[in-house]
This record gives sequence, C-alpha cells and structure tokens, in this order.
Amino acid sequence: MTWKQVFTSSVGKKLVMGFTGIFLILFLIVHAGLNACIWAGDNGEMFTKGAHFMGSNWVPRILELGLFAGLFLHVIQGLMLEFANRRKRSVGYAVSYGNEGSKWYSRSMGLLGTLILLFLVLHLYHFWLPNRSNQGFLLGEEINLFEKMKLEFSVLWVVIVYVLGCISLGYHLAHGFQSAFRTLGIHNKRYNTLLTSVGYAFSITITLLFAMMPVSFYLGWV
Amino acid sequence: MEHYNMNLNLKVWRQKNCKSKGEFKLYRVENISSEMSFLEMFDVLNEQLIHDGEDPITFDHDCREGICGACSMYINGKPHGPWQANTTCQLHMRAFNDGDTVVVEPWRADAFPVIKDLMVDRSAFDRIIQAGGYISVNTGNAVDGNAIPIPKDDADASFAAAMCIGCGACVAACKNSSAMLFLSAKVSHLALLPQGAPERKSRVMNMVAQMDKEGFGSCTNTGACEATCPKEISITNIARLNKEYLGAGFTSDK
Ligand code: HEM
Ligand code: SF4
Ligand code: FES
Repeated sequence: MTWKQVFTSSVGKKLVMGFTGIFLILFLIVHAGLNACIWAGDNGEMFTKGAHFMGSNWVPRILELGLFAGLFLHVIQGLMLEFANRRKRSVGYAVSYGNEGSKWYSRSMGLLGTLILLFLVLHLYHFWLPNRSNQGFLLGEEINLFEKMKLEFSVLWVVIVYVLGCISLGYHLAHGFQSAFRTLGIHNKRYNTLLTSVGYAFSITITLLFAMMPVSFYLGWV
Repeated sequence: MEHYNMNLNLKVWRQKNCKSKGEFKLYRVENISSEMSFLEMFDVLNEQLIHDGEDPITFDHDCREGICGACSMYINGKPHGPWQANTTCQLHMRAFNDGDTVVVEPWRADAFPVIKDLMVDRSAFDRIIQAGGYISVNTGNAVDGNAIPIPKDDADASFAAAMCIGCGACVAACKNSSAMLFLSAKVSHLALLPQGAPERKSRVMNMVAQMDKEGFGSCTNTGACEATCPKEISITNIARLNKEYLGAGFTSDK
C-alpha cells in the first residue's frame, strides 16, 4: 500500500477532504478572532496591529502558503469528488428520496462550496490582492485594511453578498464539521453526539461573527 | 387494523435488458387486499399480464420474509417503500390507500446495471465480499464458542453490523451511489471481533479497492443510507470503517 494508493481510493480522497476541512476550520477560528478586533472600540487600532503582524511577519506569511495549499487541495478534491459522484448514476429516479432521508445541505456540499469559492474570489479581490500587491507580494508597505473595510462595506450589494457568503459557509460547516470527524474515524457514539452539537454551535457562531463584520461597518457601528 | 380492498394505479419501470432504454408503463390493479404483501400484489399483476398475453414484470425476490436481501424495489421515492426498517417483501398493502398511484423503479446506480425491469445485477457486492469479507481459518475441530472472551458490547455491535442482508438499498438511496454502509457493515462485524484481527488491515484495503473498482461513488456522510436500511445498520459503522482504513493505511508495512 503506497501513500499514493492510500490517498487516492474513495476513502482516501475523503480523508483528504476531512483533513483539509478541519485545517480550514482552524484557519476560520484565527481569522474570526483577529477580525473581531474591529469591535475593540478603538477605531481600528488593535485590528491594524494584528493585521500588520499577519502581513509583515514571515511566520504567518509562510503559514499563508500552507493555507492556500490546503484550500486549493480542498477545492480541487471536493469538486472532483462532486462530479465523479454525479456520474455514478446515469439514469436518475423519477421520484427522489429528497429530504426524507438526509438534510438538504448535506447533499449540497458541492454547491455550497462553489458559492463559498465565488465569495472568496470577491473577498480576496477586496482585501488580500490590493494589500499584497502594495507589498510587492513580499514584506513591503501594507495598505490600511481598516479604512479599506470601511470603504468596501459602505456599498449595500457588497454587504449582502458577504452575508450570503457567510450563510453558505454556515451550512457547509453545519454538515462539514461533524462529517469531517466521522471521516477521520470518530465512531464513538458519545463523541459523535458531542461533535454534532459543537458543529452546529460552531457553524452558527462563525456565520454570525463574520456576517456581523460588514453589517457593523455598513450601519456605522465601528 | 381493519381489512380493506383497494384499487391502485401503478407506474412501473419496464426495461427489456441492460442495453435497452426502458420506460414507465401504467398498470391498474383491482381488489388488492390490505393484508397482501407488496410482492403478492405484483404477483397478482403478473398473473393478469400473463393472462392478457403480455410479458410479466421481472423482479428479484427469494425468502419473502425479510432476511435474504433479494427484493429490491424503489417505491414512491424510497428504497423498499414507505415503512422504516423494512424490506419490500415485508411491505404490506395496508401502507397504501384506495386510489393511490404507486411509482416503482429499480435500484439506480451504474454499479447495479438493470438486468430486466426491476431486477438489477448486484454481483458487485459479492465481489466486494470476496475481496476480504471473511476470516481464514484452518479446518479441524470446531473451537469452543467461549474459548475467546469477547466483551458483550462488542459482540452486540458486531452482531448488529452482521445483520446487513446485502440488499443494496443504501446504494439506491445515496446521492453518490456509494456502497459505504454495506461495506462498513461487512468490515465492522469482523473488525469488532478478535477472529477478525489477523486480516484486519488487508481486509479493509482490499474491500475498499474492490468497491472503487466496481464503480460505486464515495461517501459524503449524508445519512440517507442509514435512514433507508431495512436492517437499521448504523452510519457509525462508516466512521469505524474510516478508522480501520486510516489505521491500515498508515501502519501497513507493504
Ligand atoms: C473556509 C472555507 C471552507 C471550510 C472551512 C470547509 C470545510 C469543509 C469541511 C469540514 C468539510 C467536511 C469534510 C468531510 O466530510 O470529511 C467539507 C467538505 C466539502 N467541501 Fe469544504 N470547506 C470550505 C470551502 C470549500 C470550498 C471553497 C469548496 C469548493 C468548491 C468546498 C467544497 C467541499 C466539498 C465538495 C465537500 C464535500 C466533500 C465530501 O464530502 O466528499 N469547500 N468542507
Ligand atoms: S447496509 Fe442495509 S441497506 Fe445496505 S445492503 Fe446492508 S441491509 Fe441493505
Ligand atoms: S425477498 Fe428476501 S428479504 Fe425480501
């Protein structure tokens, strides 16, 4: 059993999804925590310090490469699995099993993921790209991200798209969080029950936290 | 519940062989007793078709008591019909009312090609079992049943997994046509017992490889399989299978 064989079987590919999924969940915690500094009530002072560290220190900048690699793997593997799985039933049913046997969002991970991806393109275009290009993609001078947030989130459609992106992420996680742990082999009933509850709590918290950021700027709360 | 008779409209998938296209045909059955099984209702319909000089509907069945896993009809959008924890042969007509229209389709999955009408080829499952769903023992005197102590909970969980009758409803219900619930039941019932230990790593690897070769999809933990399984095989078996796979994948020496 070579490593390649281990990770390219159907179960192996699912392991890749589980590992990268949990990795992205960890990223979300860091990202949400840092961005929550916008609510410190200091007109972005604390947030700017944090953002400056993330952008100008080589440790988070190297970790950023890992983040992109993990995201890339998750997206490519996820989409490939989605399309491969769709091809396994060339003649469909006249009457579908639908929501009787499973939750709609558990069956829509590909769609939800694609919505997240579209949102991410816009999101990177708003903040990551202007900042990094200003830095010459190395450790150069950063832009003022707090002001940039103020600017972008003064536009209603941008705020709406961000909130919708967060909701897609929330549903993706509502299934993904507990599913990832099952993928990694947690089969103990007590843990599965716990992880399902923690998963829902996490999904709701993350969705609200991220969604409130553009809303807060739009309504002038920060 | 009181006995009653009913008239039904049936919309049944008819397909000559695995190459032909197939289509739905409408049939009407009358005076069906609420105490009949679903398959008996099909027997009545087939008698009628034979009487009219038409080709009877082909469907799989054997024990007709819910233990062999041969029967396989996708009824009104659910494998094995509306009842929970139930096989098609144990579905009784009291599940329906006079005047109902019932849509009956075969299991749909490319790994289960239609042989004719409602009968599909499930030999892929046999080949998955052949790839490792067994233990190798030398012949000789039978060992005393209690010679190896086994925790009661493990024995119970193993037995619950061994209940799988290989009907394929899990594949039919899954949006990915994944056979993971079946496979996980077959791996789990051996993985939970000491007798399964010697071949533990090769078993899971070989059975997963065979499953992929047969063209089943991959699992996304939606739970549709568990919801439809006539033997209530738990989806936690899939997590156990993943653990077995992870363990074997990371530690096997070959
Ligand atoms: C920060 C963003 C994201 C996070 C935190 C995340 C998290 C997760 C998690 C935890 C899972 C469950 C893995 C498992 O069941 O083992 C998952 C599955 C999935 N993700 Fe994401 N994801 C994100 C973005 C995306 C994107 C952008 C896409 C792509 C288009 C995507 C596509 C998928 C698909 C298709 C699955 C289902 C795969 C399967 O079950 O086989 N995800 N995600
Ligand atoms: S796991 Fe359940 S649905 Fe799947 S083959 Fe076994 S008995 Fe049938
Ligand atoms: S015919 Fe044997 S289980 Fe239905």
